[in-house]
Amino acid sequence: MADIAEPAQAQQAARPARRGRGANGRLFYRHERLRGYGLLMPALLFMAAGILIPFGILVTMSFWTQTGFDIDTSFTLDNYAKAFEQPVYQTLILRSLYMSGAATVATVLLCYPIAYFVAFHVHRGKMLWLILLTLPFWTSYLLRVFAWKTVLGYNGVINSALMSVGLIDQPLEFLLYSQSAVIITLAHAWAPFAILPIYVSLEKIDRSLLEAATDLGDGPWRRFLRVTLPLSAPGIIAATLLIFIPTVGDYITPALLGGPDGVMIGNMIQMQFGRINDWPMGATLAIIMMICVAIVALTVIVGTSRLKARAS
Amino acid sequence: MTQDAYIRIENVTKRFGSFTALGDVSMDIREGEFFSLLGASGCGKTTLLRLLAGFESPTEGEIYLDGDPISGVPPNHRPVNMVFQSYAIFPHLDVRDNIAYGLRKRKLPKARRDEMVDEMLHLIKLPDYGDRRANQLSGGQRQRVALARALILRPKVLLLDEPLGALDKNLREQMQLELRQIQRTVGITFVFVTHDQEEALTLSDRMAVMARGKPLQIDTPEALYERPANREVAEFIGSMNFFEGRVTQADGQGVDLDVAALGRIAAPDGAGGLSPGQRVALAIRPEKIALSDTRPERGHAVRGRIQNAAYLGERSHYYVQLDGIEAPVAVSANNSAPVRHVPEAGEVWLSWPDEAMRVLAE
Repeated sequence: MADIAEPAQAQQAARPARRGRGANGRLFYRHERLRGYGLLMPALLFMAAGILIPFGILVTMSFWTQTGFDIDTSFTLDNYAKAFEQPVYQTLILRSLYMSGAATVATVLLCYPIAYFVAFHVHRGKMLWLILLTLPFWTSYLLRVFAWKTVLGYNGVINSALMSVGLIDQPLEFLLYSQSAVIITLAHAWAPFAILPIYVSLEKIDRSLLEAATDLGDGPWRRFLRVTLPLSAPGIIAATLLIFIPTVGDYITPALLGGPDGVMIGNMIQMQFGRINDWPMGATLAIIMMICVAIVALTVIVGTSRLKARAS
Repeated sequence: MTQDAYIRIENVTKRFGSFTALGDVSMDIREGEFFSLLGASGCGKTTLLRLLAGFESPTEGEIYLDGDPISGVPPNHRPVNMVFQSYAIFPHLDVRDNIAYGLRKRKLPKARRDEMVDEMLHLIKLPDYGDRRANQLSGGQRQRVALARALILRPKVLLLDEPLGALDKNLREQMQLELRQIQRTVGITFVFVTHDQEEALTLSDRMAVMARGKPLQIDTPEALYERPANREVAEFIGSMNFFEGRVTQADGQGVDLDVAALGRIAAPDGAGGLSPGQRVALAIRPEKIALSDTRPERGHAVRGRIQNAAYLGERSHYYVQLDGIEAPVAVSANNSAPVRHVPEAGEVWLSWPDEAMRVLAE
């Protein structure tokens, strides 16, 4: 661009020396897409190195076999066959899907009203509210899990409180080392991941749409179902996936709070890579889990868009 | 208060905290009329519209619709619908579903509902746009969908909040005509809020000029333009020349004035009730003043010097300096006759007939 403005003589003189750079520069200016890729490059390379390579290793390894301390690198589907034959793996995968699904639903249901409140009823200091709501996030995940152990434990906050009030004689045992303990803890720990996307999608809704719905005859509840909820669906879907995907593979919470009933597939994978020392089996389980998560996630996305299409 | 009030606004005051948006407003709107609320921003016109819609409730006073008080009725139970300034088309629904939105409550059979939607699509001249979404529509089309969505419910009153504000000039003029035609077709009472005086004059059967939370004058567009009740209305609608003066004699029909630059002059007492000694403004519209080289035989005349001339095609504007007042007098001459070039800084005679003068109390 700049050389057009230069006097012709100077342009001619300069041309041989900078032809290469000028051509590249022009190419870059002309093609918006190229510039886009240029911007993407650093992150793309980092992601490729950080995701694709380990993923490749994982996939490759899942077709190998552990023989004692060595790994037999000949191709086999034995691990996958084992994963489908032995009921323990299926049980763990199904239980993981169920538990993180329950935690996800609980989180979204509990957080939607909070996000709704901040979006529609807080007029001053919204930012402060949001920061306070993400407070649990300021401490480490491990600490939060331990905190719940203290709350839910045999001599924990809930049991001692209920006993001192005289509502129960014996500590409630189902509180800790159970599936519900894991679900409660997950729901609490992942709350900000539900609140923020739902809040953003609610905040974006044009308030005159709500007035229009009222004006056209909808009461508050019907208006919520017909306008607010569908328009906040992107936030709900984002929240669902953001929570569901990482929690399926979580192993810290079930390891510390789950007890025998609350063990999840993450714990089994961790054991395969650890104590059991069967890395190919661990890789296989990780791949299967990933496929399951992908299927669930796709179902959620496709299902909601269908639902939206039907509602309209 | 007239007998035929369809909407009766009775001593309505609306305060937001310490701010008074509407102060003791009373007005009647008749059935089937196109009624405009005209005023600058902050004059309370939108607040009044929102009170009619039910989004706000009056701090004091009552609003009656067809004889029934409606202040306690929530917006979703009022037989009143609104076209929003931003159109508020539901982005997750297509045009048909937007238009049918309010019908759900009526539990009509699907065939009947589709028929009604088709009728509306036809009325707004978008018969093939039924399955488009809001983001596939232009501003003018959204505006029509918003109109159809409200009209399909056959409300007793349709409220329009500056619906043409976001459109460009040509589209705006076209929509004005269509809006007027649709209103005549459906025969529903329209209450239309605008800050554009030309739009209000074009569209309305009657209109209220508002300022500072009060109506200044409520009348037909012609009456507001020709016979403004006070200086503020005269200033707001169209342009106006004002000559400061004082009443020397009054007999109920006409008044004698002593006016700056014009001297002693007899004028009709339009508003009535003027008394000797009172300070007044003599108001004359620019287009009612004629320019000539020689003193005309009839009417009032005064000599001045052209200070500035602007040729606008269909008409020309002249600014004429008179002795005795600072501000030049604006004259708007129709160029339908062959244009005679008026030299700048030339001396001319200004003249006007009796009925061009309006005497307004200060």
